[in-house]
Amino acid sequence: MAEPLLQVEDLRVHFETEDGVVKAVDGVSYTVDAGKALGIVGESGSGKSVSSMTVMGLTRASNAHITGRILFDGKDLLAASDDEMRAVRGGQIAMIFQDPLSSLHPFYRVGDQLVEARRVHHDESKAQARDRAIEMLSLVGIPDPRRRVDSYPHEFSGGMRQRVMTAMALINDPKLLIADEPTTALDVTVQAQILELIQKLQHELDTAVVMITHDLGVVAEVAEEIAVMYAGRIVEKGHADTIFAEPEHPYTWGLLNSIPRLDTPRDQELVPIPGRPPSLITRPPGCSFAPRCPYVREAHRRVDPVLASAEGADHTVACLLPSQTRRALWSRLRAGASPEEAKEAVNIPETLSESAPKEGEEVTSA
Amino acid sequence: MAAYILRRLLWTVLLLLVITAVTFVIFYVLPSGDPAKLRAGRSPSPETIAAIRHSLGLDKSLPVQYWEYIKKLVLHFDFGNSYVNDQPVKTLMFDRLPNTMFLVFGAAIIWFVAGVFIGIVSAVARGSFWDRFLMGGALVAISAPVYWLGLVALYLFANDIGVWHVFPGAGAYQDAHGFFHKAWTLVMPWLVLSAAFAAIYARLLRSNLLETMSEDYIRTARAKGLREKRVILRHGVRSAITPVITVLGLDIGILMGGAILTETVFNIDGIGRLSYDAIQRGDVSTIQGTTLVLALAVAIMSLVVDVLYAFLDPRVRY
Repeated sequence: MAEPLLQVEDLRVHFETEDGVVKAVDGVSYTVDAGKALGIVGESGSGKSVSSMTVMGLTRASNAHITGRILFDGKDLLAASDDEMRAVRGGQIAMIFQDPLSSLHPFYRVGDQLVEARRVHHDESKAQARDRAIEMLSLVGIPDPRRRVDSYPHEFSGGMRQRVMTAMALINDPKLLIADEPTTALDVTVQAQILELIQKLQHELDTAVVMITHDLGVVAEVAEEIAVMYAGRIVEKGHADTIFAEPEHPYTWGLLNSIPRLDTPRDQELVPIPGRPPSLITRPPGCSFAPRCPYVREAHRRVDPVLASAEGADHTVACLLPSQTRRALWSRLRAGASPEEAKEAVNIPETLSESAPKEGEEVTSA
Repeated sequence: MAAYILRRLLWTVLLLLVITAVTFVIFYVLPSGDPAKLRAGRSPSPETIAAIRHSLGLDKSLPVQYWEYIKKLVLHFDFGNSYVNDQPVKTLMFDRLPNTMFLVFGAAIIWFVAGVFIGIVSAVARGSFWDRFLMGGALVAISAPVYWLGLVALYLFANDIGVWHVFPGAGAYQDAHGFFHKAWTLVMPWLVLSAAFAAIYARLLRSNLLETMSEDYIRTARAKGLREKRVILRHGVRSAITPVITVLGLDIGILMGGAILTETVFNIDGIGRLSYDAIQRGDVSTIQGTTLVLALAVAIMSLVVDVLYAFLDPRVRY
């Protein structure tokens, strides 16, 4: 198999602040193959946005300590100079953001903004770039692009603005598109259209996609691979089918059980995950999810879990519960049991999973 | 847009009427020295005063006087004559208006350019030595009164009384001929008048730009792969400068009514100097005229600013 397009290895992004060091991303590794789609799922503050902004080189600041490796097309982006990084940014890796209205400059015509994006990376005349802009607007489904190219962002609807953003991101034929919560600010009906558009373009233009979202429904549509992030780390990773059918991390279970679904009985209540994500400055020892985990055991608060193989191909999970306990719990939950009922029914041992590091052992890499 | 401008102009006319009425009432009702006595010379007889009062129309009732003032103003664009030297107020003002405009527009260019430049540098280098240095300097410039700054400047740099003979001193403008010679005599007044404005603009632009640079569209601009310089100038400053331009328009309007302190300190024969002299001599008709010019200038500049805004910000429509 060919080299992956993007290979993130043990990425750590720590920000020094007055309150202490914020470990926004703390040892994240993933790969994206050319033309494929990866979904990164997590709550606000899980580090999902920071990790992809770092791939773009947009978290470079004097107070940011970034370590690890980001190999893109064989080149280490963390070692790249600012000039090299600028050529990658917008040229080979492009990004679309959550709120398309505030992400477009309110004072410039969308055509001019697209032309600018094109001309940073291509030595073209304004007229050529404008033709390309019209072509892209047409590709993303803006009706009457020859006229709309001269409109201002506020003259578009929310969905149309996100189409414009997408056109701008893809105008240079990037190999990778990072979509950071691209549908969160949009109406539900429009969300599906934008997801469809991204998928269509992924296949037509053979662009790899990293889809960042808090919404498992969104990645279900788009992604072939899913990484679930919690408190700056990936806690579970696998094929989309596996993550939805055989998830093994209690946090993933929580995410799945807190989405409303049309195919469950109406009287079945949604189960929210109690509590809040931990502080990224003073991370509690042991498993970061332990304070919110219904199945926590005493030892889980002392030992840091590592990502280790689980059932299914390429499926990894960072959980201290023994694997058969995890599967037993999930089968109850899937059958409609509440976390309390599942906990009653399954005997959760104090022993740690086979893959867990020994107590007191220093864990350097996830 | 045309309808909007027309509507605004009609409002402006109404506003000016109100302003004339208010100034009229203030200066005629409140004790401000009897203009007739002012004209009559030393120890006049009551008959002389009465005669002068009659000839100036001051013996008529207040509404009648106001009506006659407005009638002359509207029909003949006549502001009446100065009570002090009987010259038409219109002539007095329009002789001096070019001087005020030269002073104000020259200074405006300096303070706008300097303020924007300093604001950008401070915002980009936020928290650095330069930021602190420039913002500290701005605070000094804002706090220094113009007349004090003007006198210090004259004391240090005037080529007649100064410690170092660098720039033409007070009164030089009156004797200067030709554009460049006049401009050279205005260098010190320009700098003195600009100092506080430049400082205010720098602080305003700095805080606007800092706010703008955390906007989502700045992140987008960076994500496009633009150079940071272009991100700041084309995307950041473009947004941050818009409110500054509004303030610039109004400041120019206000100063059109005379940069009183600067003109007085540097002895420049402008509208401000005229007002200053008129106030000292109780020359009510001249005060009335200069007040009207100031009001008109502010009204017109605020209209200009509002129209300009529609070009600067495409979201604004009238």
